[in-house]
Amino acid sequence: MDMVTNKSEVVFRTEGVTKVYDTGEVKVFALAGVDLQLFAGEFSVLLGPSGSGKSTLLNILGGLDHATEGRVWFRDTELTGLNDRALTRFRRDHVGFIFQFYNLVASLSARENVALVTDIAPNPMTPDEALEIVGLQHRKGHFPAELSGGEQQRVAIARAIAKRPEVLLCDEPTGALDSKTGVQVLEALDRINKEFSTTTVVITHAAEIRKMAHRVIRFQDGRIASVDVNETRLHPHEIDW
Amino acid sequence: MRALEKKLFRDFLRLWAQGLAIALVLACGVSIFLMSFGMFGALSNTRDAYYERNRFADVFATLRRAPKSLETEIAAIEGVLAVETRVTGNAILDLPGRLESAVGQFISLPIAGEPRLNLPLLRSGRLPDHASSDEAMVNEPFAQAHGYVPGDIIYANLNGQKRRLTITGTALTPEYIYTIGPGDMMPDNEGFGIIWMPETALAAAFDMAGSFNDVGLQLARDTKVEDVVDAVDTLLAPYGAQGAHDRSLQQSNAFIDGELKQLKSMAYVLPPVFFGITVFLVNMVIGRIVALERSEIGLMKALGYSNVEVSLHYIYLAGLIALVGIAAGFAVGTWFSRELAVLYANFFDFPYLIFSVSPENYVLSGGLGLGTAMLGAIRSAMAAAHLAPATAMSPPTPPSYSHSLTDRVLVLFRLGQPTMMILRNIMRWPLRAGLTVLGIALAVAVLIAASFFEDSLEEMIDASFYKSNRQDAMLILSSEMPEGVIEEIRRLPGVLRVEGVQFHGAVLRKGHLKKRVAIEGRPAFADLSRIVGTDGRVVAAPRNGILLSERLAQHLEVQPGDLVTVEFLSGRRETHEIPVTGIITSYIGLAAYIEIGALDKLMRRAPRIGMANLSLDAVYKDDFHAAVKELPGLAGTVMLGDTLKSFQETIQQNITISTVIYMTIAVLITVGVTYNSARIQLSERARDLASLRILGFSKAKISYILIGETALLALVAQPLGWLLGYWLAAAMVAGFESDLYTIPLVLNRDTFTWSSVVVLIAASVSALLVRRRLDNLNLIQVMKTRE
Repeated sequence: MDMVTNKSEVVFRTEGVTKVYDTGEVKVFALAGVDLQLFAGEFSVLLGPSGSGKSTLLNILGGLDHATEGRVWFRDTELTGLNDRALTRFRRDHVGFIFQFYNLVASLSARENVALVTDIAPNPMTPDEALEIVGLQHRKGHFPAELSGGEQQRVAIARAIAKRPEVLLCDEPTGALDSKTGVQVLEALDRINKEFSTTTVVITHAAEIRKMAHRVIRFQDGRIASVDVNETRLHPHEIDW
Repeated sequence: MRALEKKLFRDFLRLWAQGLAIALVLACGVSIFLMSFGMFGALSNTRDAYYERNRFADVFATLRRAPKSLETEIAAIEGVLAVETRVTGNAILDLPGRLESAVGQFISLPIAGEPRLNLPLLRSGRLPDHASSDEAMVNEPFAQAHGYVPGDIIYANLNGQKRRLTITGTALTPEYIYTIGPGDMMPDNEGFGIIWMPETALAAAFDMAGSFNDVGLQLARDTKVEDVVDAVDTLLAPYGAQGAHDRSLQQSNAFIDGELKQLKSMAYVLPPVFFGITVFLVNMVIGRIVALERSEIGLMKALGYSNVEVSLHYIYLAGLIALVGIAAGFAVGTWFSRELAVLYANFFDFPYLIFSVSPENYVLSGGLGLGTAMLGAIRSAMAAAHLAPATAMSPPTPPSYSHSLTDRVLVLFRLGQPTMMILRNIMRWPLRAGLTVLGIALAVAVLIAASFFEDSLEEMIDASFYKSNRQDAMLILSSEMPEGVIEEIRRLPGVLRVEGVQFHGAVLRKGHLKKRVAIEGRPAFADLSRIVGTDGRVVAAPRNGILLSERLAQHLEVQPGDLVTVEFLSGRRETHEIPVTGIITSYIGLAAYIEIGALDKLMRRAPRIGMANLSLDAVYKDDFHAAVKELPGLAGTVMLGDTLKSFQETIQQNITISTVIYMTIAVLITVGVTYNSARIQLSERARDLASLRILGFSKAKISYILIGETALLALVAQPLGWLLGYWLAAAMVAGFESDLYTIPLVLNRDTFTWSSVVVLIAASVSALLVRRRLDNLNLIQVMKTRE
């Protein structure tokens, strides 16, 4: 049992967030009024079918995208009121991203991919420390093409955590991996969540992963269908999918 | 080094082939810029310094004879700082060991002190003793051409008397930087020399004691040259003056002006072409990279890199390509400038060449090169900056193809799918296709503009030497003589036929327009030297009018039938209204013709001639030369065969050099454009092509799709290239045109064919290089790559 201690501290808060993609002929509602609160130090999982709005919400929370309507706060800062420059600053200082396809820069080695972040973050750890945390110290000189999928994703995690972010936003981090490699990645995320109290939000299609979360949010048609809090959490290696 | 910078350098290294293709095009622009401005600076600085140090005169006048006392009156003209009066004259030289005669331009040196103006610069030996009558100093190129050193002897036929002259030294003069003898087309240092002698000796030889026939003036700053010229003309009119003039009509100076004008037009025309192509290529390549790195851009933004940092990343990439181009341009430009400086040093007689490509030229050309690359990258860099991070992370939407009207027409032709793919791709990106066509067309145009020259000069030679001037020799008399002299000349050994002509300086006026020319009087049906009309037919010199060359007629804005005012600068200096009877073609100088008898009537005098055109029997050539050396009253001889030979040799040498240079340039442009365009297509279509391979298409078929577009665009570019080439050649001809010579625009089919063949070969080789990559395409890898 591993309950979050300080539930009162809200990290993200959204009010009636709507996102409409206007293709000219039709308007697609990716988000249709989302009210949500995410708490400091929590590990949250967003579940839902494709197109239910999970990624759109994650992008808006991370300052990668703008909401069409509604308001979003990061602590006391209203993200929806920030301009491009301030959003860049917000991402640089507070957010770590992890993507399904790792998004490593092919021309940079593992260490250099991490350095992309440590070069610009205000108080980063060293790339070596970050790689140590994900257990890839010994592979730091390799280029992405020389790493397995799981290793690439762990480099991406190292890159995300190297800046000591307050929040870690992960869009299907295990989506491209087999279950055994996926577990390694989840273990890394879990460890960071525990050791650094990093608020972590993970989008996944694998429903089993919900069992390791503090909070499970289900999406359906651009709305939140349910929010569940796990009383007990499983360790990643106990999960099988 | 920051990780992003490492990415930059690795991307740059990965793109080396494409980058190099662009860098070389940019290098052409930078080097030509550097060379033309560098040489322009070197030539004009050297000339200015030389003129300044050796006190080159501002106003010049020649006359028959005036008393020395007139010098005080000339000096009193307002604005005149210094006056130098001299005795000058041409005479035939008999040079030991040389069969043909040579021509000497004799110039007097003042009795006391050094010349106030047009100061010769001593290069070896010493000045002649002012009391001696057989010492002379010669110009350095003449001495070098014959291997003369101080102490050597030459002979001159001065006023009918053969004189033995001892060379005391060699010198150079600002008056003869471009040393061209009377009637010559090119400098001929063996056949023409400048010879300085003490004034007393020369005045005695030319029967000019106490007189002068040549004057130079130095003017105070801000003096109106026209006013001084008018005042000098008024003073000298009674003394047989031909009219004073400023530096612009001084022959050597005018040639350098022409060269400077050419360098300037080269500097303004060519580099912009290369810079323009660079902008297009950089835009194309960086645009593609931004498209390919869409997700990396999204990532950089997600990581917190700002829009400025992201766009700078791509601008720096263009900057690196530019740096390679600029470095190559600097190296080639500097080397080229030095080579050209050596060429100039041979062509022009400067005592020194102030050659240093100034730092400003490096900064300017480097800055332009860098700016050009950045301009090319800016659009794509901005697009990268404006890419919303969330959008960037998701795959791009497929390019929208639609059924346009053209598309529906194409469908009617029932073309195969591969052909449709090619045509649709062109229609999908019409601007890019258009610019590719333009780039290749420019390469064709550059080749046409470079190679038409040879044909034009052939035409010039044909017109000047075979159609017009068919005489073997010209004898220039030191002063006009009664036409009876023709009989004497006919009696010289080997002479078959003689035709006498005369020249008169005159100002032609039409309204406010005027031009100073030499009017030639010649027999109506002269056969040795003929006048050829614009239609190619021989025209008779008119008895009741004047024939003008095209350029002269254009300048005066006159047409046949119009009256021009002719103010003669010689004889009684009378003014006549004369009708223009026709316009003729003449590539050298500004020609104006009147029948010789009619001209004598206008001058109200008995028939006289100033020059004789001869045809010779080659068998008696040696006897002829020997006789000419002894002939009194001769100021010069021109052997047309020699003139033609030296003209052709010089031209051939220059043409070979310039053809190689322009061919390199055209190939670089073609490779830059086609290689990049094919690489980008390969990159855009790798997936499509791999899919087709998996579906069972052969390598040849997918090569067709890839190469087809490039090939089609290269073919479409040809007619446009011909048109641009024609236009560029016409612009160059216009740029080279001066009162000294006009280059005919001759473009024949071979020029177009040759240009197209070179460009198409270069394009094919570039396309084949890219095709080789297609053969190595890893189908599985391509299909797995997420775009």
